[in-house]
Amino acid sequence: MTSRILTRRQMLLRGSTALGGLLLASCDRLSNSPSFRGMLESAEGLSYRTQRLLVGHNALAREFKESELSPVFRSNGTSDPDTPGYNALAADDFRQWRLKIDGLVARPQELSLDQLRAMSSRTQITRHDCVEGWSAIGQWTGVPLSAVLTLAALSRSARYIVFYCADILETGADPYYESIDLIDAFHPQTILAYDLNGKRLPVANGAPLRLRVERQLGYKHAKYVMRIQAVQDLDRIGGGRGGFWEDRGYEWYAGI
Amino acid sequence: MSIPTIVFRHSIATRVLHWLNAVCVFLVLMSGLQIFNAHPRLYWGQYGANSDHAALEMTVGDPAKGQSLGIVRIGQHEIPTTGLLGVSKDGAGELVERGFPSWATIPSYQDLATGRRWHFFFAWVLVFSSGLYFLISFATRHVQRDLLPTRTQWSLRSIGLDFWDHLRLRFPKGEAARQYNSLQKLAYLAVLFILAPIILATGLTMSPGLDAGFPWLLNLFGGRQSARTLHFICAMGVVLFIVVHLAMVVLAGPLDELRSMITGRYVLPPEKVK
Repeated sequence: MTSRILTRRQMLLRGSTALGGLLLASCDRLSNSPSFRGMLESAEGLSYRTQRLLVGHNALAREFKESELSPVFRSNGTSDPDTPGYNALAADDFRQWRLKIDGLVARPQELSLDQLRAMSSRTQITRHDCVEGWSAIGQWTGVPLSAVLTLAALSRSARYIVFYCADILETGADPYYESIDLIDAFHPQTILAYDLNGKRLPVANGAPLRLRVERQLGYKHAKYVMRIQAVQDLDRIGGGRGGFWEDRGYEWYAGI
Repeated sequence: MSIPTIVFRHSIATRVLHWLNAVCVFLVLMSGLQIFNAHPRLYWGQYGANSDHAALEMTVGDPAKGQSLGIVRIGQHEIPTTGLLGVSKDGAGELVERGFPSWATIPSYQDLATGRRWHFFFAWVLVFSSGLYFLISFATRHVQRDLLPTRTQWSLRSIGLDFWDHLRLRFPKGEAARQYNSLQKLAYLAVLFILAPIILATGLTMSPGLDAGFPWLLNLFGGRQSARTLHFICAMGVVLFIVVHLAMVVLAGPLDELRSMITGRYVLPPEKVK
């Protein structure tokens, strides 16, 4: 009797192990099926609309005290673009660097770092959340993106703001890029930061200029920004999904 | 032998939602472990990254220093976990650095983007299916009638007796098996009213978007990284529940238990003839 129960248990165990393996392999296959993936990705629209509905368009991300700063602000992604063009700009302390603003704007701009520093500024101590799971708190100073877009006279037909960067994260790929909607573009905490923790932005964290879009995850915060373009849709840019990581399967709306 | 007593145990709503929720819970758990693997360290407080102190981490040890290859470090304690946590075999059979092993994650290979897609899609399904479960279960008084312990069950003596019976693998027979025992009820209530709400709320606290709208979430859980740690601990609580739940199903009579969750009909285990 005992041996029969054991055999039955062993069979049960073996059966469930085999079944588990089969189910897991199916999950892997489903992950790569375009239609199933399309279904999974539909959740992003639901999260986006729910958050836009529940969270006021100008609701602020929490700002922290200086005593709450992370001792070390981690650098992630590219820590140095190290391209001939970028190295030349960095060697000259970015004096020759210009931020280009074009696309659907009435007055395209080319702004130097000094010009950006002379504009209105905002300083905020905020939490940076990486999609991987870690968080770091840093103090950022920069010019509100809204001020730059107003200066360039954003056209009414613009729906997204695209950021083109100097770093190439994957050999052979286009340089890094990102995009946000106008709600985040005109959010009071969305700034183009040139200082981190009271000092000039280090190369590891995106010198000379990086985007801060505080209500979204870290990969939205484009580093080494070279050009800002106002567009109506994202289809013809990069892989067409609005950003470097978005083209590799990550959510365009990274508020969660 | 007496004629077996058949009782109608589970409503159609309970049965359908049990299986739907079971599938969703497995999928969010395993895709959650995939997300955890992207940064297999847990912190307490508002922030936490590689240079900060981790309350728990799964990592690679140095065998030259007498450490195990795969280790879980909790505070000062190092637990050797090679093959399971920290370091385990990938699909090709090679030992690789990995928080949880490939058989525990969706997808089985390292892919954070896809893990997030699974996690958030089935988290949404769970919001609707468990919301429906709560609505129906309160409306039909399933919670009040079947899940809340009765006055006699609410005594330490009754809980202690149930505990002792469970340890000896003695389960209620006959008429006593008509209702859930007190430990069973407490386990269901703990998952439904403690673990599930904390998992949902800590999950939302990890969202930088929702933190802006509902900053009290950060105060409630002591920061985003604390929320992440609590999310993980409560998810492990659910894993413990599932392990015990399945063990109890197997021990109490898997066919009868399974049938009752499929057809609704449950055969009361006959009382032993003395």
